[in-house]
Amino acid sequence: MSERLKSPTRRNLLKGGALMGGAALTGAALPARADDPAITNLQPWMQELGDGVDAMPYGMPSKYEAHVKRRTVEWLTADNVSSINFTPLHELDGIITPNGLCFERHHGGAAHIDPAQHRLMINGLVDKELVFTMEDIMRFPRENRVYFLECAANSGMEWRGAQLNGCQFTHGMIHNVMYTGVPLRLLLEEAGLKTNAKWLMPEGADASAMTRSIPIHKALDDCLVAFKMNGEALRPEQGYPLRLVVPGWEGNMWIKWLRRIEVGDEPWHHREETSKYTDLMENGKARRFTWEMDCKSIITNPSPQAPILHKSGHTIITGLAWSGRGTIPRVDVTLDGGKNWHVARMDGPSFDKSMHRFYFEFDWDGSPLLLQSRAHDSTGYVQPTKDELRAVRGENSIYHNNGIHTWYVGKDGEAENVEIS
Amino acid sequence: MLKFLSVLATGTLLLTTAATAGSFNLGRAATPAEVASWNIDVRPDGQGLPDGRGTVEQGEEIFGERCAVCHGDFAEGVDRWPVLSGGADTLTSDRPVKTIGSYWPYLSTVFDYVNRAMPFGEAQSLQPDEVYAITAFLLYANDLVDDDFELSKENFTSVRLPNEDGFYMDDREDSPVFKKRDVCMKDCKSEVKITARAQVLDVTPEETKAAQEEAAASEVQETEQVTKAEPAPVAEPATEPVSVVASLDEELVTKGAKVFKKCKACHQVGEAAKNKVGPVLNGIIDQQAAVVTGFKYSKAMKKLNGDGLVWSNENLDAFLKKPKKFVKGTKMSFAGLKKEKDREAIIEFLRKHSQ
Repeated sequence: MSERLKSPTRRNLLKGGALMGGAALTGAALPARADDPAITNLQPWMQELGDGVDAMPYGMPSKYEAHVKRRTVEWLTADNVSSINFTPLHELDGIITPNGLCFERHHGGAAHIDPAQHRLMINGLVDKELVFTMEDIMRFPRENRVYFLECAANSGMEWRGAQLNGCQFTHGMIHNVMYTGVPLRLLLEEAGLKTNAKWLMPEGADASAMTRSIPIHKALDDCLVAFKMNGEALRPEQGYPLRLVVPGWEGNMWIKWLRRIEVGDEPWHHREETSKYTDLMENGKARRFTWEMDCKSIITNPSPQAPILHKSGHTIITGLAWSGRGTIPRVDVTLDGGKNWHVARMDGPSFDKSMHRFYFEFDWDGSPLLLQSRAHDSTGYVQPTKDELRAVRGENSIYHNNGIHTWYVGKDGEAENVEIS
Repeated sequence: MLKFLSVLATGTLLLTTAATAGSFNLGRAATPAEVASWNIDVRPDGQGLPDGRGTVEQGEEIFGERCAVCHGDFAEGVDRWPVLSGGADTLTSDRPVKTIGSYWPYLSTVFDYVNRAMPFGEAQSLQPDEVYAITAFLLYANDLVDDDFELSKENFTSVRLPNEDGFYMDDREDSPVFKKRDVCMKDCKSEVKITARAQVLDVTPEETKAAQEEAAASEVQETEQVTKAEPAPVAEPATEPVSVVASLDEELVTKGAKVFKKCKACHQVGEAAKNKVGPVLNGIIDQQAAVVTGFKYSKAMKKLNGDGLVWSNENLDAFLKKPKKFVKGTKMSFAGLKKEKDREAIIEFLRKHSQ
């Protein structure tokens, strides 16, 4: 709604700028220009009193930011209960995703759970089968860690070619949040693992009773049982009051509304690790247990939902990069479809298995651009092109598409999702 | 002395890296009944299967009643709901159809999933015998057993699915794209061509497109009307709106909204409502039966339309009490609302969406 209001406004500004630029070129003496009413007029907010302190006890963004929201692609799923929406990456900066903008993926809707009625059970191959209340869990030592969560199907609609216009839709099944939680290891040690304990099966309390099999080495390494995101309680749609954090691994494993962890000696091969979240190859065979999210990057601005609104001149390209295997020391950016590459400037904190922010600033001559970014992770892995991926995987694997993405930017600054040779 | 030292050491450990300590004495022992209530998972080796049995024939009936509304009578899938049968020999094709018969490796996955999460919106309402029967029917629908087959805890692991060997462990790290490599930075290629454009496929969601169109229009350009990729049939009331005189009981409406959660898997109301598995329910109160545009009604429901049935309070109440009794042959698989209060609340809620 406000986007509709905003676009023309921005465009009017742009036209004003262009007129002035044209005039400036014709003569050395700057012609007198009309005074800016934003300055010369007394604006209502300069005169009238604003809201009192309690006008909005839980603060919300400015009404001029109402277009910044999660969006869904309706035809992707049969209904909106077992469905997904997308983080508006093109409207964000830095590395942290605000809680209300973290994409949602539910299989039986977002459960609304009374924390007083929530329990976490550990059963199976343990010395003591235990039940914890939320109060119990919050008495364990806790840690704060920033991790990205990416759905394995992120960019899954792009395997057969450029499809959706907007990085929100091509890359928005991801968010990056600081979690506060208890190391899963501590909870398991409290129950006491038997020597034949090899696998875990976390389970959600929602109507899909989501389950996945997780190998014990990951559970004892860096998994968290989290109750806070970005400092406040988890949002209901992110698993309130308790979710599993499985750093660097596909989002489906980060069981929300976590109510039980069973310890076993073999994987369970449940629906979400057989029928779904397995990667079908061209020969008809499928990879299973493809847990790590590969190194990937995307230019968030400019992009189809966020065109360049100025003419030529100083221009900023920015984007995000991440890897399920470490940090991102480097991102390369090309303006000409990969003929020449430039090392981008990394900025902001660099955490293990977290999103990283990059910038590339340049003097745009106003001619069309073919923008790509190419991430390198701390293991030395380099983000492949889509064609390289398709050559080894075919087009039917749905999941784990981490190919290099291309935006075409026209002279008018509008961006479009394309593929190039 | 030694003992003192070890106590000291333990104490230090607790103070500095509590994370390595053994026990915090938090939580309590789970009772056997508690574990049994939640521990319903089933593995390929049969671990976790409850006692029970069910035949293809029984399964067909239960499936027809509880599952077919989304998955189709023959498990072929309705709209975009999952297809559960067929798809043999499609895994190497352009459009693989991944079903229980063509793709799933283990039968235990079917049992476990149906038992924990189905029917959609009524999870864990099936008895073990019913789950065995549905699983048996799904085997039959995939041509894997005969129509006289009975599945039980005893014979469960003897049934193997055709694609059990179709999976292998993640080997991405052995793939050529995973190799460490030097990257080219300058003069890497001489020519670049655009080979595909998203705008050709044009499936970007509506709102963005609308915003773009509006932006374009604001520049006073005649933009070509883009045909929408997805026609979205929004139901319009097919009859003249009936003016409702009675004022709403808002408290009852709120209660009704809660009860309506049971219906939401299939029905939508409100401004953006669309036909799903069930028709849009805006304006349903005092509306003639089976008149929502774009919805495929059952024969039984169409007949009611022919008979001139109107969804009055009384008719709706009777229908919601036991749908299949009131309309024999309705596609609506919902068992019904036994409590009069629930029906009263939901009717008031629907009345609100009929004004």
